[in-house]
Amino acid sequence: MTRTGFVIANLWRKKTRTVLTLLSIVTAFLLFGLLQAVNVLFTSGADFIGAARLVTQARVSFTQSLPMRLLPQIESVPGVEHVMWQQWFGAVYQENTQLIFLATDPARLRLVYPEYIMPDAQWQAFESTRTSMIVGRNLANQYGWEIGQKVPIASNIFPQQDGSKNWTFDLVGIYDGKDEDWQRNTNVGWINFAYFDEANQFGRGRAGTYTIKLADAGQAEQVARTIDAMFENSPDETKTQTEKDFNIGFIKQIGDIGLIVRWILFAVFFTLLLVVGNTIAQSVRERIPELAILKTLGFRDGEVLGFVLAEAALLCALGGLAGLAIATPLGVAITRATGGNLPIAVDGTVWLVGGIAIVLLSLAVGLLPALRAGRLTIVDALAGR
Amino acid sequence: MLQQILSITLLGLRSIPERLGASLVIVVGLAGVVAVFTALLAMAAGFRSTLESAGRTDVALVLRGGSQAELNSGISREQGAIIKQAAGVAKDPDGQALASAEVVVIAELMRPGGKTSSNITVRGVEPAAFALRPQLRIVAGRMFGQGLRELIVGQGVSRQFAGARLGQVVRMRGSDWTVVGVFASGDAYESELWADVDVAQSTFNRQGYSSVRLALADSGGLRAVKDALSADPRVNVDVETEKQYFSGQTEQFRRTIGALAGVVTLIMALGAIFAALNTMYAAVDTRAREIATLRAVGFRGLPVVVSIMLESLILALAGGLLGALAAYVLFNNMVVSTLGANFTQVVFRFAVTPSLVANGLIIAVVIGMIGGCLPALRAARQPVTAALRAA
Repeated sequence: MTRTGFVIANLWRKKTRTVLTLLSIVTAFLLFGLLQAVNVLFTSGADFIGAARLVTQARVSFTQSLPMRLLPQIESVPGVEHVMWQQWFGAVYQENTQLIFLATDPARLRLVYPEYIMPDAQWQAFESTRTSMIVGRNLANQYGWEIGQKVPIASNIFPQQDGSKNWTFDLVGIYDGKDEDWQRNTNVGWINFAYFDEANQFGRGRAGTYTIKLADAGQAEQVARTIDAMFENSPDETKTQTEKDFNIGFIKQIGDIGLIVRWILFAVFFTLLLVVGNTIAQSVRERIPELAILKTLGFRDGEVLGFVLAEAALLCALGGLAGLAIATPLGVAITRATGGNLPIAVDGTVWLVGGIAIVLLSLAVGLLPALRAGRLTIVDALAGR
Repeated sequence: MLQQILSITLLGLRSIPERLGASLVIVVGLAGVVAVFTALLAMAAGFRSTLESAGRTDVALVLRGGSQAELNSGISREQGAIIKQAAGVAKDPDGQALASAEVVVIAELMRPGGKTSSNITVRGVEPAAFALRPQLRIVAGRMFGQGLRELIVGQGVSRQFAGARLGQVVRMRGSDWTVVGVFASGDAYESELWADVDVAQSTFNRQGYSSVRLALADSGGLRAVKDALSADPRVNVDVETEKQYFSGQTEQFRRTIGALAGVVTLIMALGAIFAALNTMYAAVDTRAREIATLRAVGFRGLPVVVSIMLESLILALAGGLLGALAAYVLFNNMVVSTLGANFTQVVFRFAVTPSLVANGLIIAVVIGMIGGCLPALRAARQPVTAALRAA
């Protein structure tokens, strides 16, 4: 019998116990995977967005619209390549589903977001159709929208001239992301600003926030400072930050939930540690005479210690990997079910942290029993002392 | 029979100290499940009570049709005047409508030591606003002066965010506002900054209002206001009681937290069931000889089953109580804030309520039952002779 075989055979001597322990580890890591993914969402934000874009908002709050007249001034700042603006539409679809729809200038959107992939003809239709809108692939799939369709979207903010808040737009394009990360974020709809601006009751010239594409990401800080300095002490003071920071700020607004998630992780792990640790300690206790016999046969202290530790590690690794493996598709399912509003990605980072957790857990639960097994004196153990 | 159950159960319970480690697994496992369950739902309960206690049933809130939240709504000055004249509105001693037209905008404040800012509601109010919210009182400083750039701040904001303490200056749209007072109300308004409505309108370049609050004259007042305003072609508004408005705002959050609590508790409960099964199987194994002896001297199978189930239940219940206690000690009254429907921070406290604790304990009992049931059956079924010989 090989050593690996010996470890496996030992695990299998009490099938019920091993299976039950394994299952508790699986559930714990399943939960760990999902919560860690949520945790990543709160702490790091979307790394792939990069720093090559800035967002300029009203300093008092991004809900306060900046006027259109800032545009030429922002465009004139050295280092600024392209500028677009977007107005939050407050979209409500069907009964009460709130969607992310923004009004913007089509040509500028294309320049500022080269990560959006859409056929040329659709870009042109977006520019030339007055009542046009485009949506991301995820959004289109979720509601089964097709190009050429007229989609009724209500706004909870903007009435039309006649006072009605029910708008209708022609869907002229569906965009994809340039890679997997961007594809996951295709849940935003864009409507043609020109039409929105002329048809809404509140009058024209309200840009909302500005998004700026930089020639060189390294200049972000300097450009941001220049822009904010230009509008200081005016009623339209601005706050300019990288798109990434803007998004993180957005998520951080959800506030202390991230903290709660960490508490849960802690509770889960503490519980798990006790369950698994106890089981392994018990199985070692029961086998003390056997371990003594192993030593009598000539196995060294270190080898016996290794057997016990390997058993713990195998159990943790099997359970942990299985749990993470279940969490991965489950995260995708949750993302789909929430229409991308809760993007839970059990990705490489989560697996990495999960891997570290497996190692730590193996040591935490295996080390004490293993040391005890390694230190056994044969005579005492066989005599049952 | 009862005698038998009692004596076997006591026998089992007395031997728990010898199997302390294994027994603790159930206790700690269940404590974890119940603590997480209780804490998550205490958050939802706290959020709900904070918002709902802000709403009164004898005050109507008028928003532009389809706005859903005060932030999205807009009502012109003329419309505001029309709304205040609606039938069903209570009058003050001078015969004026008891109503407050208010403007709601957002300002950003930093969290202490934080790098990111949070949205805070700034509410411009008319003098009647205070009559419509009798729960609100100034606890430090004084009221803002009419026509001045002065703020009174809710004590929730004052405590949870930087830069809004008494005497500090908040900068908004190129002008400085002095915090001259702190108010308490015990509800969602404590998460807001209040100012004079006219000053707020001019600073934020608003021509009209966000909402109008009306004191209702009597129980039929809401109906009367609704009828009057829906018949008037000059206004297009939604009318509901303030209470209904705030309840509606908690729905999304409650659903999200409810779903989170459900999923997390379910997965953790599964884990705890496996752990409990493990423990009880081990307990039955260790006591195999003892149980076989009992059976040999004439004890029946049923008392054995019941006693093992009882042991599992008692351990689970102890764990549940421990978990509920932990949730209470760690989380009850903990002050946190999150994004509300107005897209601004709502400061609230966790509320570990008796009904939450009761539900947590029910979960513990159910898990304890499941965890004890299979091992109990195994104990009762094992052949007496084999068990006596094996050990």
